[in-house]
Amino acid sequence: MTESCGVWTYAVTEHADARDFRDVPGVGGGPVRAVAAAALTAVAGTVRLDEYGEAALRRNLEDLDWLAAVARAHHEVIDAVVRRGPTVPMRLATVFSADDSLAAMLAERAVDFRQTLLRVGTRKEWGVKAYPADQRGSATPAAGHGVAAMAGGEPASGGPGGPGTGAAYLRRRRSQLSAAKDASRLAAASIRDVHEKLSRIAAGSRLHAPQAPQLTGGNTPMLLNAAYLLEESAGDTFAAAVAALAGGHPGIRLELTGPWPPYSFTGTDDGGAGGLTGSAP
Amino acid sequence: MSVDNVAQPGTAAARGYGVPSREPANLGDILERVLDKGIVIAGDIRVNLLDIELLTIKLRLVIASLDTAREVGINWWETDPWLSSGVPNGSSAPGIVDENHRLRERVRQLESRGSGHD
Repeated sequence: MTESCGVWTYAVTEHADARDFRDVPGVGGGPVRAVAAAALTAVAGTVRLDEYGEAALRRNLEDLDWLAAVARAHHEVIDAVVRRGPTVPMRLATVFSADDSLAAMLAERAVDFRQTLLRVGTRKEWGVKAYPADQRGSATPAAGHGVAAMAGGEPASGGPGGPGTGAAYLRRRRSQLSAAKDASRLAAASIRDVHEKLSRIAAGSRLHAPQAPQLTGGNTPMLLNAAYLLEESAGDTFAAAVAALAGGHPGIRLELTGPWPPYSFTGTDDGGAGGLTGSAP
Repeated sequence: MSVDNVAQPGTAAARGYGVPSREPANLGDILERVLDKGIVIAGDIRVNLLDIELLTIKLRLVIASLDTAREVGINWWETDPWLSSGVPNGSSAPGIVDENHRLRERVRQLESRGSGHD
């Protein structure tokens, strides 16, 4: 490695062969290769330090287009590695000065890596997010809790008093407000039920902080942002369970993504267990 | 009520592993995972990703600001212990608490800004 290059690291695995990744472009468009040590393989690529070095990263991570492209490339490589077998993804921007220092890290952390690889195995991650059910035709309050209008549906039109009278308006308003409170309580109960049932099916589960509404394209608050660890073969069963739960909980809308590499279950910084709750194998 | 089967696991599984090619995975989902999850190893090009709480706040900031970053003109990474090699390992680094507070405030501002209009 020359002085002006670094080694960007994507993932650690036991199975990799450099040939597996010939067609996958790495971060910065360069080739992806394998660095082996201690019977482990790090999947890595050479990057220029004037773009991916310490000072450059500080600058470039501010550039959202740059960040988006790098994040996608990083993810694509990990995705390709995971396809071949158990894999521990590395966090974005794990850069070494040379293959030697990467190899030394592999040797030093070999036990951790092997434990994690063994624990997660070939399982993948599915993401489930929940939102309040769509409320078409009603203005969403600017301050954001969109649950307001979702319960209750349309109050029977032409109720006693008829539309237009002040008393009827107040009555309607009051029932809307209490419906909002009920809806919010109901949504919370739904979320608990969904998460509990899905956790029971999964080998592991993790609750993540809900993403900001801006990201999800609107002002609908995210109620649940969870990850579940499953064998890929269980994906269809899991999707069916999610669909069934959605059917049983009309107050919420569920969104399913996956299979993902097991990002949420391979960290060492969250208590070793990596969030493997439930412990059912 | 409904399931938005964004990634259609059945289809994806049939096609081989991966997020389906038809609809590339949501950038926010990817950022959330590649920045906040995965194993944390300090490479020797030092990018300190040590304070998880700080990182999470930062991540929320990234996500919250995706749409609005340019107009807001934020440069929150500029003086950042998270990315600076000068900061010793551990979250007790001087300044990190202040940074944390500053970021929290920033997140709050961005989030309320986003829900107000846009």
